[in-house]
Amino acid sequence: MPKDSGIGASSKRREDIRFLTGRGVYTDDITLHGELHAVMVRSTVANGKIVSVGTARAETMPGVQAVFTGADFAAVGGNPAGWLINSRDGTPMREPKRPVLAHGKVRHVGDAYAAVVANTYEQARDAAQAISDDTVIEELPAIVNMAAAVANPANRVHDEIPDNVCYDWGWIEDNRAKVDAAIKSAPHVTTLELVNNRLVPNAMEPRASIGEYFPGTGDYKLTTTSQNPHLTRLLVAAFVLGIPENKLTVVAPDVGGGFGSKIYHYGEEALVLAAAKKLHRPVRWTAERSESFLSDAHGRDHETKIELASDLEGNFIAIRTTTLANVGAYLSNFSTVTPTFLHGTLMAGPYKVPNVYVNVKTVFTNTAPVDAYRGAGRPEATYSIERVVDKMCRELNLDPFEVRRKNFLTTDMFPYTTPVGLVYDTGNYQATLEKAVQLADVAGFEKRAAASRAKGRLRGMGLSTWIEACGIAPSHLVGILGARVGLYDAATVRVNATGNLSVMVGAHSHGQGHETVFAQIVSSKLGVPESSVEIVHGDTSKIPFGMGSYGSRSLAVCGVAMDKALDKIIAKGKKIAAHMLEAAEGDITFADGKFSVAGTDKAKTFGEIAFSAYVPHNYPLETLEPGLEETAFYDPANFTYPAGAYICEVEVDPDTGRVEVASFTCADDFGNVMNPMIVEGQVHGGVGQGIGQALLENAHYDENGQLLTGSYMDYAMPRADDVPFYTVDHSCSTPCTHNPLGVKGCGEAGAIGSPPAVVNAVIDALHRAGHKIDHIDMPVSPSRVWSAMNA
Amino acid sequence: MKLTDSREIKADPATVWRAILDPDVLKECIPGCESLTGSIAEGFEAAVVQKVGPVKARFTGVVHLTDIDEGRSVKISGEGKGGAAGFAKGGAVVTLEPIPEGTRLTYDVDASVGGKIAQLGSRIIDGFAKKMADDFFARFQQAVEGPEADEVAATDETDEKKKGWFKRLIGG
Repeated sequence: MPKDSGIGASSKRREDIRFLTGRGVYTDDITLHGELHAVMVRSTVANGKIVSVGTARAETMPGVQAVFTGADFAAVGGNPAGWLINSRDGTPMREPKRPVLAHGKVRHVGDAYAAVVANTYEQARDAAQAISDDTVIEELPAIVNMAAAVANPANRVHDEIPDNVCYDWGWIEDNRAKVDAAIKSAPHVTTLELVNNRLVPNAMEPRASIGEYFPGTGDYKLTTTSQNPHLTRLLVAAFVLGIPENKLTVVAPDVGGGFGSKIYHYGEEALVLAAAKKLHRPVRWTAERSESFLSDAHGRDHETKIELASDLEGNFIAIRTTTLANVGAYLSNFSTVTPTFLHGTLMAGPYKVPNVYVNVKTVFTNTAPVDAYRGAGRPEATYSIERVVDKMCRELNLDPFEVRRKNFLTTDMFPYTTPVGLVYDTGNYQATLEKAVQLADVAGFEKRAAASRAKGRLRGMGLSTWIEACGIAPSHLVGILGARVGLYDAATVRVNATGNLSVMVGAHSHGQGHETVFAQIVSSKLGVPESSVEIVHGDTSKIPFGMGSYGSRSLAVCGVAMDKALDKIIAKGKKIAAHMLEAAEGDITFADGKFSVAGTDKAKTFGEIAFSAYVPHNYPLETLEPGLEETAFYDPANFTYPAGAYICEVEVDPDTGRVEVASFTCADDFGNVMNPMIVEGQVHGGVGQGIGQALLENAHYDENGQLLTGSYMDYAMPRADDVPFYTVDHSCSTPCTHNPLGVKGCGEAGAIGSPPAVVNAVIDALHRAGHKIDHIDMPVSPSRVWSAMNA
Repeated sequence: MKLTDSREIKADPATVWRAILDPDVLKECIPGCESLTGSIAEGFEAAVVQKVGPVKARFTGVVHLTDIDEGRSVKISGEGKGGAAGFAKGGAVVTLEPIPEGTRLTYDVDASVGGKIAQLGSRIIDGFAKKMADDFFARFQQAVEGPEADEVAATDETDEKKKGWFKRLIGG
């Protein structure tokens, strides 16, 4: 019987009532008395020397209150990179300053070099256009292609960085010689060169920010589209503007999706705060969709060569990769860790592969910054591995299912230290594979293929067995690896006098459903109804210092912090109950919302204990503080390692090259599942984005650095008829061994595991029809498939 | 984007060359040209209204004639700002060679756009640039030669009128 509330129940998402009825309150929905409107002036060239910024005419235009240029922010700090990566030779990465507004040079189309603040949006926009018209920018040759950027030291994105390389990273450098030798002597080596296509995040709600300044107190407030308000406060206050943290409140109200793009601090946030301070009026800014395309941090954009060495039976011996990773024009906050520690450390997959070496050169180009996007490094790793394994199977005429079975780590091998530095705590890759094989009816494939043939379609089946590391992250470990922040999280559980609860969490929900799931956990743990629990998030003046939501960490880190705070509540409740029931504390048990004296029928309800804590008339005041409120910080001991098996079937139309996803089966191990419906929804969304990457989406810059896919006319987002009805299972669960909830992350899994399953299926369909095509780069569009078939 | 094409013009190279260097011809032949002022030596200021897919804009900018090889080739290049629409720039190297029918005019066009036109109109920009070039040289041919023979046949015009307006002007 499915549960109807608490842990394990598919409780309906309480936040959906407001989201689905148009009653959400997003940043742009907030209107303030006396507010002004900011419009950014953005470069239309990819690389250019700013000769003069023409502000004079704009300053006299109707309604204009202030004009800002790069010069106004030259003296304040830059937006920092959150992670220091060292090159193979030990030298630290190159870190060019990322200013609030471009100064001296513009470095990508969309790079803001001025801003106008005016009474109305229209006035600000007109004045911004005037500045654009009156500004002289000398266009320089654009650096777009990564290989050319590295090879041509004269053309520079940043004048002080001669080869446009941020760092040349090797992981693990000590493995290098051993891996080279293993590949040299291996009976078989499969080589594949592939592109992990650049993506635009496309959150439904564009970025928006409102800055306020209160001259009476000197306080600032920033309302903004953020996945991590405390981190944004730290960055904008301490690093960029030099505002004391205690004088700035950051609020991220309802946020309509982020997928990574709203982790980062952006210049517009600093701009609205500085403008509000100068003008003593609230200043608001909301991105147009066109601006989102040009200025949100993009995702992926790797060019990789991967080599897989094996024996002739398909036992893996070594993996070696060389990758160029595009970081764009500036270092966004997590841009340096995404292609390195979130990518290279996953390059062993779920396999016994003794030798792995990863080399990543991260390259500056005249394109928008690139940073973590749903999956962040792990989709790139998974795609490389699962594509090369697929190619190896074909070269050696081996069954891809058997090759996985043969190479999987087995359940007796955990905890398992990989050759790329991670310790997998638990898993059962065989179980998820067999479950997927069964759910996808692999045995019945030939029959379905015949049916497809009968209607003139080529059917193929693709497999991907993925693993990822999420729930980021152990602070001690990431500190050693170069992180400039800790990655714990925090929760405060406040039991109100009437027994209901306000729970303040550091995680931020921007579509995930935390308000529902976290309440389910409280409900189960304290025996109170879900409806008596309120989850408060997104306001630095209310919540403890947590690090926000990304890297599938909300439940595995913040949820566990909340669980630990609940333990403290129960422990204190027992002390209060012992006093009230005149029993020894050690004799008090807590279950089903009642504190009882063991072996008796003497009990106090949770509500009675709560009331007593706030009206302490009969209370051990001499030994115990009144009140019932506890905070816990939790820093995980390890990452969590969700894993699974995805099987995709496609039909290819040989006349047009169009690929249709016929079925998609997911068997995932997410550890203990708190709300199966929400987990399934997360998998649907992730796989949908993965299918989008595999078949449709591509951010394309031309040779001049112009973004040619800058609107939904040219950037192909997946639509309902591009995705199938999914089969999703998470019954093969191995609970995480190092957190008390036994949970792993599920938010990114679908986007990590699905692209190679889709592409493997397309290649399989083509081979079955006699087309010896080894690889087609994503997006596997009709024109690419048709061209490959007709080459 | 780049494109190359050629046209056969029924006029001798000297006549064609004079037409290319004539600002009035340039103005007449640039599609959507509202104004063109200036000189070959100093360059021309031009205003052109064009619609690229969803973006319609008035481009203002400069047109230069450079790399002049008297009677044989010239590079016509222009760069215009279209306000919110972004910018367009490009050039055409025009080469003339005598043929029995008159002159073969060959053009190599290299054009690029930036800003909103690139962002919104990229799917159609190649076709647009080709059409711009085709229109320009079709108008140029017409200016030099006069209307197409079948168009002329449908009207009752004098010999004088059959000549292109440029030929009439120079009395050729």
